[in-house]
Amino acid sequence: MRVTATVNGETHQIDDVWEGESLMYALRERMGLPGSKNACEQGECGSCTVYLDGVPVCSCLVAAGQAHERDIVTVEGLSDTGELHPVQQAYLEQGAVQCGFCTPGLLVATHDLLSRNPHPSDPQIREALAGNLCRCTGYEKILDAVRAAADRMDGGPA
Amino acid sequence: MKAFSYSRPDSVRDAVAGVAADREAKFLAGGTNLVDLMRLGVERPDALIDVRHLLGHDIEPTADGGLLVGSGVANSDLAVDPRVRQAYPVLSQALLSGASGQLRNAATVGGNLLQRTRCVYFQDVTKPCNKRQPGSGCPAREGSHRDLGILGTSEACIATHPSDMAVALAAVDATVHLTGPGGERTVRLEQLYRLPGDDPSRDTTLEHAELITAVQLPPPSALYRSSRYRKVRDRASFAFAVGSIAAAMVIDDGLVREVRIAFGAVAPRPWRAHTAEDALRGQPADAADFAAAIAAELELAEPLRDNAFKVDLTRRMGAAVLTELAEAQQQGSGR
Repeated sequence: MRVTATVNGETHQIDDVWEGESLMYALRERMGLPGSKNACEQGECGSCTVYLDGVPVCSCLVAAGQAHERDIVTVEGLSDTGELHPVQQAYLEQGAVQCGFCTPGLLVATHDLLSRNPHPSDPQIREALAGNLCRCTGYEKILDAVRAAADRMDGGPA
Repeated sequence: MKAFSYSRPDSVRDAVAGVAADREAKFLAGGTNLVDLMRLGVERPDALIDVRHLLGHDIEPTADGGLLVGSGVANSDLAVDPRVRQAYPVLSQALLSGASGQLRNAATVGGNLLQRTRCVYFQDVTKPCNKRQPGSGCPAREGSHRDLGILGTSEACIATHPSDMAVALAAVDATVHLTGPGGERTVRLEQLYRLPGDDPSRDTTLEHAELITAVQLPPPSALYRSSRYRKVRDRASFAFAVGSIAAAMVIDDGLVREVRIAFGAVAPRPWRAHTAEDALRGQPADAADFAAAIAAELELAEPLRDNAFKVDLTRRMGAAVLTELAEAQQQGSGR
């Protein structure tokens, strides 16, 4: 089937999409957007998190056909200025990355959290990132990065 | 994954006709459980009929003051609806206790009700399972059953229904609107599910090609407003319940005027505790009576080696939540 979708603000059309493939596969293998990572393929790890019509979902569980005529933003599209988004900058500066495989999903989830809640408490951060598993960092640096991003985006602590 | 066709019909009628014409076809909505099970080889449809765009995505007031929730409403949207949070807090709490943000954003109300058990044998195609492959046997009775059922189970199957939302809906007397090849009908939430008996392969009373179109909540009341959900699980977030309770209670002059209790993670369906409710109505609202009423409900329990703890867990959790509801009301009326 043919799938047409808006991805990071641009219209993408892909042909001969197999019905069984996931949105994640279509993004990575057909649209040249390998930021979303393929890990559990069960919706458990969050490495493939993208915005679909404005809300974060696990792209591994979305059939490619279901993305037809919808709006998608991937980690590659978090910033359209050519500079890193403040969330990305904060992860970089805080060293909230080890192997990096979970990072794209965490960036999207953090971006979503801070857009809804600019000053999240630690329990709110933990709950918001519950769907993103990291096997390296122990999460402490990730929490540091989310707090730093909140400060950076707001010009200082509340 | 087995090859399948995908189609996106223009109407509910066409979608129902499409599934009705093919025993191996399935409706697809949020996909958070079905796609996962297809990847595991547990579900093997030859056709997916996408209905996500056809289902209602709105929460609308009904003539009697209740709410009609379209079956395509995302779990996350239902959880944060101000009317739901105020009038049926148990439902909002149950929804927010389930899954992760990403999954709640994709999962629909209809799909949540129809998700399959997370019994490890059901999800592992290399193992026997009477639910997945009728007649193949059930290794769970002797094997890993710590998370499985103690009420309403059978020799053939001890699986539990995994939904948190459904437990809350059972407690607030929700009804489910269906449309199928034979027309439309409504069932009470409890009647949506069947007990396994000697045929665990069917979780629900739905006919093939019947589609959930909406869930209806009754008019708001003091009872539903005084409600809460408690979920016990192995970690604080993103885990299925080991045990859960949805409860609503109104106290009048120290006596239980009206009460609703539903347990989760103990049975093949949300377990509405009618025996306990009947025992409590008109009785003094105190912790000992709460525990005794729930113990009466649990006399039917058939625990196994590694899930016997669920009997005590359910009784204590239930008594604690009812006590909290009673105290909240007494404080409220003393103000």
